[in-house]
Amino acid sequence: MELVLNPNQQAVAYLVSAILFIFALKGLTHPKTARQGNWLGILGMVIALGATLLGEHVTTYWLIIIAGSIGAIIGIVLALRIQMADMPQLVAALHSFVGMAAVLVAIGTFITHAAAGELNPVLMAELSAGIVIGAITFTGSVIAFAKLQGIMDGAPITFKGQHALNAAIGIVTVGLAVYFAMQGTTDQPFATNVIAALFVMTLLSFILGGTLIIPIGGADMPVIISMLNSYSGWAAAATGFTLHNNLLIIVGALVGFSGAILSYIMCRAMNRSIINVVFGGFGTGESGGDSAGAQAAQKGIKSASIDDVVYWMEDANQVIVVPGYGMAVAQAQHALKEMMELLEQRGVPLKFAIHPVAGRMPGHMNVLLAEADIPYENVLEMDEINPEFQNTDVCLVVGANDVVNPAAKTDKSSPIYGMPIIEAAKARNVYFLKRSMRPGYSGVDNLLFYQDNTSLVFGDAKDTIEGMVQALKGGGH
Amino acid sequence: MSESLLALYVFVLACFIGYYVIWGVTPSLHTPLVALTNAISGIVLVGALLVAGLEEAGFTASAFGFLAVLLASINVFGGFLVTHRMLSMFKKKKQ
Repeated sequence: MELVLNPNQQAVAYLVSAILFIFALKGLTHPKTARQGNWLGILGMVIALGATLLGEHVTTYWLIIIAGSIGAIIGIVLALRIQMADMPQLVAALHSFVGMAAVLVAIGTFITHAAAGELNPVLMAELSAGIVIGAITFTGSVIAFAKLQGIMDGAPITFKGQHALNAAIGIVTVGLAVYFAMQGTTDQPFATNVIAALFVMTLLSFILGGTLIIPIGGADMPVIISMLNSYSGWAAAATGFTLHNNLLIIVGALVGFSGAILSYIMCRAMNRSIINVVFGGFGTGESGGDSAGAQAAQKGIKSASIDDVVYWMEDANQVIVVPGYGMAVAQAQHALKEMMELLEQRGVPLKFAIHPVAGRMPGHMNVLLAEADIPYENVLEMDEINPEFQNTDVCLVVGANDVVNPAAKTDKSSPIYGMPIIEAAKARNVYFLKRSMRPGYSGVDNLLFYQDNTSLVFGDAKDTIEGMVQALKGGGH
Repeated sequence: MSESLLALYVFVLACFIGYYVIWGVTPSLHTPLVALTNAISGIVLVGALLVAGLEEAGFTASAFGFLAVLLASINVFGGFLVTHRMLSMFKKKKQ
């Protein structure tokens, strides 16, 4: 290639690219500008990669072309095939790739710089940061993926001395990193002590990524995803420090903060501190409990039929649906969209109320509803819609549980006490679509079941909603 | 000021930009936000290219570079495409 960019030209291109990434994220302020934002991000990436490939440091291309093509094909296939309900798994997988790439780049950089005799303690310290953060991101994400995919049980894994063990691994890892960095002045970078320190540090970081994530329960998946998102950013930033590449540092900081803020929003929505989530042990995962009807009768719970619900919905001033992960599992969003249209034809508006931690990742419900072609104007956040419940005739809870539990406001002994909730309990009629009497992920009994204005509709969410659609199509009553 | 210290300046200032930009993101787009940050953190591809593209790198370094390019490319292509797919679903009410 004739055209070779000098470092200054490259730096200007990187600056343009960084600005484009900032505008890309800024585009997500509103759905109207979001797609344009994504295109700006793509443009930023093209400029950054072009500037790198045309720079003086990249001298051979065949490896890049092969690896890049394989990666592109895998990425495109994954992106086209993934179901919206499985988005958390894809995200977890992508986080693990960033983590592993950061580890590989750091070790690769060590090898090339060691061979060229360009090592120094600062570089070695930066390398270590890249390896440690990258490796933790990798294994943490692999575990998150396994939990999401059901390969691993969602329940937290806790044992005595767990936090002490993690602390010990952490301290040894940092100690090795310091020792490794101090070897930066050596003229024998491939000596056994240096390589051994590098190897054990890397290995311990991979282990730490796993041991840090296992005590966090599946119920806290939105926090785990956000945290790993943050880690993947810090891993990219550490790689930037290693390579003295300001673009990587800027992008890493943007992504790192994005994940950190999402973690904070998720924790706030559960009224828990990040420390409490990270030390884990919350959420029992799946717990048994069947014979729904019998249990319901014992506890004085009312149940309603599909026709009852349709009867009240047809003349309602408005209907609010509170979706949860159960909606995603049942794939009920398309039936809900059909129900929404039928009700709108009758002049009954239908809105959706979204709790920040509904689903398995931040904003998961919104994407599922968008997938079903439900306009985003009908989908409201908790704080926006909560004042409306007291003037709403019908509230339908579809696959959500803890996020509508009034115990969060009234029962000081409840583990979810203090968590902001969707005020479904205030609606005139509440219909709870449930498969069984199983409690929510927190394992807490839902006080809403026992309210006078609440009735339970037993059955699969999708079948139930489809039944309502049929009843509405039938012309009603 | 050393190069590393300058890098630290850039990093800290970028953190502030991140803080203010991310708080502006609407909660309904938090999933696309995660996917988009997946895509742009594929920027480690730049680092991977520098390792894989170095002609005088030995076999081990090249192998590491090769794998890193592969993984980071998955992020770049997969991340932007899935973000695009998701954002195309967010529609306004038909008038």
